[in-house]
Amino acid sequence: MTVMNFVYGFIVLLAAFIFQTALTGVNRKVTARIQKRYGPRWYQQFLDIFKALRKGSITHGWVFDFGVIMALGGIMATVIFIPVAGFEAFPNMDNVFVISYLLAVGMLGMAMSAAGSGNPWASIGVSRALTNMVAYDVPLMIVIFTLIFAFDTASVSEIAAMQQGMGVLGWNAVRMPLGGIVAFIALFGMLGKKPFDSFIAPAEIASGPMVEYGGKHLGFMFILHELMTFIEVSLILSLFFGGGSSILVYAIKYAILYTLVNIISQVMPRFKIDQAVKFFYRVPLVFAIIQGLVVIFLGWGVSVWF
Amino acid sequence: MVLENQDNRNLWEKIGDFFSANSIWMKWYCTGCGAIELPPTMTSRFDMERLGMGPMATPRQADVLLITGYLSSKTLRRVIYSYEQMQDPKYIVAFGSCTINGGIYYDSYATINQLDKYIPVDLYIAGCMPRPEGIMNAFADLITMIKKGQANGWRHYQENYEWYKQNQLDSLKEVIIHDEFHE
Repeated sequence: MTVMNFVYGFIVLLAAFIFQTALTGVNRKVTARIQKRYGPRWYQQFLDIFKALRKGSITHGWVFDFGVIMALGGIMATVIFIPVAGFEAFPNMDNVFVISYLLAVGMLGMAMSAAGSGNPWASIGVSRALTNMVAYDVPLMIVIFTLIFAFDTASVSEIAAMQQGMGVLGWNAVRMPLGGIVAFIALFGMLGKKPFDSFIAPAEIASGPMVEYGGKHLGFMFILHELMTFIEVSLILSLFFGGGSSILVYAIKYAILYTLVNIISQVMPRFKIDQAVKFFYRVPLVFAIIQGLVVIFLGWGVSVWF
Repeated sequence: MVLENQDNRNLWEKIGDFFSANSIWMKWYCTGCGAIELPPTMTSRFDMERLGMGPMATPRQADVLLITGYLSSKTLRRVIYSYEQMQDPKYIVAFGSCTINGGIYYDSYATINQLDKYIPVDLYIAGCMPRPEGIMNAFADLITMIKKGQANGWRHYQENYEWYKQNQLDSLKEVIIHDEFHE
């Protein structure tokens, strides 16, 4: 581990932020076109973030402040372990478990900070967010364990590399279709897109965990949200949709996957949190278990292809 | 309000005002009838998101407080609370004649007549009620004012806090909101 690793990590972090924020802006325009509007400028998300950082801010106690820093730090630490098109800032450390545990630091920081604000809406939002996490994580983790069992490695970049060279047919989402469906549905839950956005629900619980954030704190939360989106989409893209052989291919596939999720989410209503949990435990969990049994006992989709 | 024409902002404030002007998050205080004009302004026909504007859920997140119509003395307390929760720089846009001189409620015992005696209004939209065209026009004006550094109501409120507070107390007797369910 040398200084260059940290420089690469910083570059990944910066590129991830710029790319994802621009993509979010483009997707706000896509959303607007779905609703027959003209939509904002594509760089609107940058303006929003820098505007929020420019404003004043107040504190609700040190837990509130520390939670924001802890969440942003945890998420930034996770981003530098994400392999992008085979490029790793810290080689051989892109383990699925490293990423999921570091991601939890960010999630818990956010929960702590929101609960520290003392607002009841924030507590409701946090409890819903963590319930949502429990709901989507169980089926997703079963599918990811199936992948790890099938390929004998937990390295994200190695699993991505194994899918390349065969075109679309090599993707895990095609080799293991049920697992692919589970991962795609879980991505909605991870990103907090409709129908699984009950924890931010602006009209019901006044944007949930974000309710007491204003100014600079809110700006940090927006940056955090962009980076978290990058982690989640990258993880699903590398594990199930073949990653990318070059940066360009990776970026295009990433943009298509994220835009597809956004388009589908825009025509969805919102589940209540108990409905979301029931849904995840009824459909994707069954799919995930069937997929696991198929891979373990029949071995379909692991090496038997063509 | 006082329009300060001399521009004595430094470079950082100018850059900050550029961002503030192009990204305006709003909190609607929808007690008056003006609230009904906002959904068409926001949705596909007029589409305020073109200008970078959008609704926000809480006063803490918002830059602009929209007062959409008359205010009774009971709601004025809530407006003052909401305004003081917002983070600087913050702006107020007041809708319709009710906020200017009381409108059709000018002789009511329960409503206030002139809003800018209590909180600093940056921009009034005349009309009863203003149409979405008028609202869009006003938002374009607000953006120009912020870019030029003329929307200084929040600074004016800080500098003349005693005057505003005295007016609030004269009309309301107390600005504290009692917890009606637990006291």
